[in-house]
Order: sequence, then structure tokens, then C-alpha cells
Amino acid sequence: MSVAAGLRGRHILLRRLKGGAFLYLCVAATLFGIVALGVLLVTVGAAGIGRLNLDFFTSYPSRFPDQGGIRAALLGTIWMMAFTALIAVPMGIGAAIYLEEFAPRNWLTRIIETNINNLAGVPSIIYGLLGLTLFVRLMDLGRVVLAGSLTMALLVLPIIIVAAREGLRAVPPSIREAALAVGATPWQAVRFQVLGPALPTMLTGVILALSRAIGETAPLIMIGALTYIAFDPGGPSSAFTVLPILMFNWISRPQAGFADAAAAGIIVLLAVLLTMNAIAIVLRNYFEGKRRW
Amino acid sequence: MALRRAREWPVYAFLFACAAVTILTTAGIVLALIQETYHFFEEVSIAEFLTDTEWTPLVGEKHFGVLPLLNATFLIAILSMFLALPLGLAAAIYLSEYAHPNVRRVVKPVLEILAGIPTVVYGYFALQFISPEIIQLLFGRDTSLFNALSASIAMGIMILPLVSSLSEDAMRAVPQALREGAYGLGANKFEVATRIVVPAALSGIVAASILAISRAVGETMIVTIAAGLQPNLSWNPLEGMEAMTAFIVQVSLGDTPRGTLEYSTIFAVGMMLFLSTLVMNVAAQWLLARFREAYE
Repeated sequence: MSVAAGLRGRHILLRRLKGGAFLYLCVAATLFGIVALGVLLVTVGAAGIGRLNLDFFTSYPSRFPDQGGIRAALLGTIWMMAFTALIAVPMGIGAAIYLEEFAPRNWLTRIIETNINNLAGVPSIIYGLLGLTLFVRLMDLGRVVLAGSLTMALLVLPIIIVAAREGLRAVPPSIREAALAVGATPWQAVRFQVLGPALPTMLTGVILALSRAIGETAPLIMIGALTYIAFDPGGPSSAFTVLPILMFNWISRPQAGFADAAAAGIIVLLAVLLTMNAIAIVLRNYFEGKRRW
Repeated sequence: MALRRAREWPVYAFLFACAAVTILTTAGIVLALIQETYHFFEEVSIAEFLTDTEWTPLVGEKHFGVLPLLNATFLIAILSMFLALPLGLAAAIYLSEYAHPNVRRVVKPVLEILAGIPTVVYGYFALQFISPEIIQLLFGRDTSLFNALSASIAMGIMILPLVSSLSEDAMRAVPQALREGAYGLGANKFEVATRIVVPAALSGIVAASILAISRAVGETMIVTIAAGLQPNLSWNPLEGMEAMTAFIVQVSLGDTPRGTLEYSTIFAVGMMLFLSTLVMNVAAQWLLARFREAYE
């Protein structure tokens, strides 16, 4: 074998080695995220599992770390999310229908679309400052469920709009054209022909958007959702707290017992979120298999 | 027909109103911030705000220099990118260039779970696990439990899926023909990935990184819980330091009456935060639009 061929062989070997090493690096990087998720879940699970019992769900917060529960916060989260959904879902779907189906292609539409992109990038705590100024002070609602819901609704609105538009876009134009051809008005075409098939995709996006709102903490601290509530919040004008804020409060306390209580609360929070995500995925897979054009 | 259409105008008006709410939201944010920020700058000069190196608005002799907060925010955000950018990029290369579609179908949603975990949970993780089990183990038990580095690591894990997802989208948009051309010239997978795909997707990768930094800058709960509430102008990530968002939370947890200078400070800091993230988001969108490689 000539010297040149030997060198070339070594060169190819080197390139192959580099390629192999690179692949392992990439796999390792991908695994890092998965391992981090695993470590996080195990850490939380190990610390919190001991506190998870029926009392934890039915008790009010306490100054004794091993006695407090999440009752008030869980109910607060449910109240707040119910009103958030009530406000944000119709509004988000309405805006999506307007932008996707009826908006003229002009400067105003372009501004609205650019603005939605930018809103999605505004830090959530800034929405808190808006909620504090607009809903708590200016509209004088006070530090109540409704103020929290309105703030959260504005926060998730851009996400819902984007998801709902995707659902509408997936319905082929021929459906609309057929409806228009047999004499439907544009609104009738959308209302009776487009909205139905678009609904599953929209629903998936809506669930994911709402699951984000459940975990939000900062904006609600801004509007003054209290940390210590020892009564059941009873409607839109009641003072309230939510799960993430109670978790934050417990995490910030120095006594070790509160950290475990926080971990137990986090298990509940993550269980709710994972369930919502699973429902969204199942819905999507179910309807994806069903509809064919 | 015309009549039916005319009767429908309230529907169209309602739909337009829904879309218009998004504009009003932005207007509301800007007005709320400007109003209180104006009050703030009536009493504190912009020069002091931007150059004073001390931030003590709540106690004793008052100083209103935003630099310690700004420094903490960006130090933590940039450190988190040291973790998220290489790992996110490598994961994106793996998922886009190497992974079997079945592997990808499983791994991608799992990574995206990381992005959906509430930030208060990352705060718990940083304070209860990363800080005592990793940072104090590596740097000694006398390291402060509240430190910028543990917040950065938790933040890095949080924004990793953002980097990997957006970068992967950009890489998958690179046409197959470019890869095949390189294979035809004798390149192997590693060379195609690093010399063809990554350069071709660069604008998307840079945009993803900017969006990730912007997310880290605006993040609140991780820095509030794990980095501490002590304003500290330092580049040592093992020290505790207060970020802009953490200060806003700190003030609103206390009972600062409206109309006081202390109340206005959170809006001035909020304005700073809003402008920082806005500039980054606009830059990322501009990059994506300007350098979009049109291969069709």
C-alpha cells in the first residue's frame, strides 16, 4: 500500500470518528432534557408524596407546616379559570374568525396581526401591571377573582387566537365556496360549515392555552391575589388565592416542612396540567383519524 | 340576500371587536406603564436611574439606579443561554437530521413538557435541588443558597425546548436537495449537519436564541425564588442578586400605597423590562422575515 493511500485511509477514519462522536454528543444533549425532567419529577415526588392525603385537599393553609392544605387555593384556581375560559374562549375564537375569514387585507389587519405576535412575547408580569392599573384600580374591581380572570384572559388571548386560526385554516376553501354557491351569506358559511370541522383543533389549542394560565403566578401576585385565605372563595367578587401563589408562599418560608407541603401542592398542579395536556393530545388524535376531505 | 347580509352586521362588528381587544391590550399596557413611569421621572432624573449603581428605593437613603437589577436580569438570562443554546441546538440537530421519525414523535412532546411546567415549579427545583445538591456541592457549603447560577440553570432547562423546537423547525425547512448535493460530493452526516444545514438555518437559529433570551429576561418566579431579593451589582453568579422582575414582585407583596414613589418604581422597572423584551422580539421577527431563505 502506498503512503498516500494510507494517509487517505487515516483521514477517512478520522472523519468517521468525528461524525460518530458528534452523534453521541447530540444524543446526549437530547437526553439531557429528558433526564432533567425526570430528576425534577422525582425530586418533587419524593418530597411531596408523604403529604398527599385527603386532609391536604380539604384543609385551609396553616402556620404549622404539617397541617395546612390547599382547599382555598384549589377552589380559587377553579373559580378563576372558569371565568378566564368564559371570557377568553369566545373572544379568542371570535378574533380568529374575523382575522381568518373576514378581515380585509389592509394596514389595520396587518397591525392587528403584528400586534398579536408581539403580545405573545410580552412578559406575564407586565400583564399583571396592566391588570393592577386597569381592573383593580381604574375599574375598581378590587383584588378579586374577576380581576384575576380578566387579566389572565388578556394573557392567553393571543395564544387562543393563534390556535383557533390554525383550526380554521385546516378547513379547505372548497367547503366555504360550496356554501356560498348555494346562497349562504359569508357568516352562514362559517357558522354552519367551517366552525364544526375546525372545532376539535381549536379545542386542543384552547385547552393548552388554559393550562398555561393555571400555572401562571406573577400576574396574579401583581393584582394582589392574597397568599393566606382561610375561607372558600365564593364567586367572581370574592378575594382569592390560586395554587401557584400558595406554592410560592410555602417555598419562600424557611421552615423545612413547608417545602414538602409545596412539593405536594406541585404534584397536584402538575397532575392537573398533565391531565389537560393528555386530553388535548387524545382529542387531537381522535379527530385527526376521523375527518378526511 | 342583501337583506340577510345587512342583518348580519352585528356579528361582523362583534368579531371585529374581539380582534380589536388585542390592540386595546397593547395600548393599555403602554398607557399604564407610561403614566406611572412619568410620575417616577418627575422625582428621579433619568440620568440617576440609568447610571447610579445602587438600588435602594425602599429603605434608608434612597438610590434609584436600575443597573444592579438590569445587570442581574441579563447575567442570569445570558448564563442560562450557555446551557440552553448548545444543548438545544444539538438536540435540534439530532431530532432533525438523525432521529428515526418514531423516536422524534416520542422525544419531541416529552421535551415540550419542560416548556409547559409552571415557572414556580422551576423555582422550587432551583432552590431545593440545584442550589443545595449541585451548586453547594461543587462550590462549597458556604455558597449562598440564593444564587444567580442556580436560577440560570433552572432557566436554561426551561428555555431548552424553546431553542430546540424553533431551531429544529428552521433546520427542517432546509430543502433535502441541499443535503443530497453535499452527500454527492462525499460529505458524511456530521459534515452535512454542521456545514450545510446549520448555516442554511442560521437566521432561524439566531431568532430562536433571541426569543429564548427575551423569555428568560421576562421570567419572574425562578429569579424571585432562587436568585434572592438583594440588589447586588456583581458579575459573580455564585452571589445572590435581585432581577427586575423579582423587584416588581417584592414590592407588590408588601403593602406599598398607591401614589407613592415606591409604587411608581415598579412601573419604571416594568417599562425597562417591557422595552427590553420588545426590542428583542421585534429583532427576532425582523431576522426571520429578512433572512428567510426562500428555496421554493
